[in-house]
This record gives sequence, structure tokens and C-alpha cells, in this order.
Amino acid sequence: MGIVEKALAFIDHITVRAGYKNEWITVREADTSPDYGKLPYERPIQEHIVNGVINLDKPPGPTSHEVVAWVKRLLGVSKAGHGGTLEPS
Amino acid sequence: MENATKVIGNVVHTVKEYVMVVQLHDKVEEDKLRRVVEYFRGEIYQRPPLRSSVKRTLRKRRIYEIELLEYTGRFALLRVTSDPGTYMRKLAHDMGLLLGVGAHMRELRRTRTGPFKEDETLFTMQEVMEAVTLWRESGDERLLRRVVQPVEVSIVHMPKIMILDTAVDAVAHGANLAAPGVARLTSDVRKGSTVALLTLKGELVALGVSQYDSGEIKNMSRGVVVKVKRVYMPTGVYPQAWRRQVSGT
Repeated sequence: MGIVEKALAFIDHITVRAGYKNEWITVREADTSPDYGKLPYERPIQEHIVNGVINLDKPPGPTSHEVVAWVKRLLGVSKAGHGGTLEPS
Repeated sequence: MENATKVIGNVVHTVKEYVMVVQLHDKVEEDKLRRVVEYFRGEIYQRPPLRSSVKRTLRKRRIYEIELLEYTGRFALLRVTSDPGTYMRKLAHDMGLLLGVGAHMRELRRTRTGPFKEDETLFTMQEVMEAVTLWRESGDERLLRRVVQPVEVSIVHMPKIMILDTAVDAVAHGANLAAPGVARLTSDVRKGSTVALLTLKGELVALGVSQYDSGEIKNMSRGVVVKVKRVYMPTGVYPQAWRRQVSGT
């Protein structure tokens, strides 16, 4: 399998898993150079982390903000965010 | 985390699914409750509650799905799929008004935000801790790679355009995407929709607003196709094919 086919298989896999789908239209047949960039799942671990997201099952109790601070400390990253709170408080 | 925080804002404004417990203030026949629950399917009008972070004007929201999962005593367990910005506490209250007995929300759990739902990618804080410990103490990164997912999982709900290697660095510098840079795209690209620009390796480069529908882009040979709004990829990852060679350097 070529790099582009692997990329399409990966994007389609994560899309379908989340309940969506891709219907691709090819405009220009093109390849990609192996000399730069990389498949998203082939990033070295540190690069993977700084380009990463966690689908976290937040327990009731701590606020989203507190959990984000916990994740930052745990993984030693300088920035982290979350996808919204249930109710403002 | 780090770089990936740039795109989280685009996930917030997506479809939500909740499971909630509603406490009714008096006995209600199950048939009547089911009829009232059905009434809330589709378009509804909501005024944001007193304690809310937005302007309190009447807003139209869509309830895509609403289902009574369980009903015992005065407690109703409901599953609701709705537009972002729909207040569940308000929905429970309004249900009580329509039932004539009053009701309020007792418990709420969000089970989906756009592409993120309760599936094999959902991990608890304990599991995240385990994965990090395993990686730090024995260098085994396999579990951590399952717990932390690539940023690309947060754009799967959007229309997508894959761009040529030669277009990548220009977009990473903030340039708009021109027609000749398009390699392939998904059929759901519409004029005005937010699209994800990806490399041919599947890496997220930027988010932008499409200026045309997919059918039009297919036949274009010049012109701006996507106005870039948020650049994700750092510059210099791909070569600068766009910069004119300056003589003598």
C-alpha cells in the first residue's frame, strides 16, 4: 500500500469509527514524498503527545478545569484544553 | 494538548448527546410522559437559563433524538441528541410544565460531543495514569498511543480536502488554498462550510472556509478555493515550493 492509500485508510477508519463517512472525489492523482511529514500514527511519542487528544471520561466531582490541570501535570505539557463544560458554574 | 488545543474550539460547536435523570414532582402516567417526551423531538424554542454564559434571547434548537430509557417512580431516564447550546436543565423544566406537575433535572452525563463519544477510545483518569506510568517507567508506549489519539480524530466530522505536497508550506504560512493545490476532497464540501485541509499523508495542516461546493472545485484550475482561518501545522515541515528562488542564494 502506498503512503496516500495508507493516509486515506487511516482518515476513513477514524471517521467511520466516530459515526461519520467520507466520499472522496479525486481531482488530481498525486503522490506524497516520504522525505518530509509523516503518517499521523507514525509520529514519535513526544510529537504524538503534543499533537494529541484524549477522550477522557471525566468523573463527577472535579471540574473540567481541574482535570485539564491534572492532565497537563501528568504528561508535562504546557497547554491543554477541553471540549466544553456541561453547565456554567 | 499543546498544539492540538488550536482545534478544540471547532469540536465544541457540534452535536451533543446526553443521558439525564429527570425528577417529576408528582405521579404521571407513562403514556402521558411518552407523549410529552415525543413533543420535544424536532425544533424547540429555548431561552437560556438565568445562570448562563450567553445572551438570554429566545433561541431555536433542534432535538434530533429523544428517548425514554427507563421510568420508575417519579424518575425518568432520558437520552437526548441535540444541537450545541441546548440546555438540558431547561428541557427537563419545560417537560414538567407541559406535564402539569413540574419537573427538574437531577443528573446529567454527556455521552457525545461531535466525533467524541463513549466507545473504545474513551478512557478514565485511572487508565490515563496507568498508560503514562507504563511509558515513563518501562518505556512501553503502546498503551499511551491508544489513550492519546492523533489530533486528526477531532476533525473527522468536517468536510476534508487533501492538498498537494507543494501547497502545504504556503498554507502553513497562512496563505489561502488555490485550486491547483487540491488533490482530493470529500463530496460534502459546501460553499461557506468549515473544512479541514490535510496533507496526502493525512496530517492536519489548517482549517478554513470553503468558497465553493465540491462539484465546482473539481473542475477549477485557478482561484482561491479555501480561505484559511486557523493554521495548525508549523512552517518548514514541508519544503517551500512556493517561494521564488532568489538569484545568488
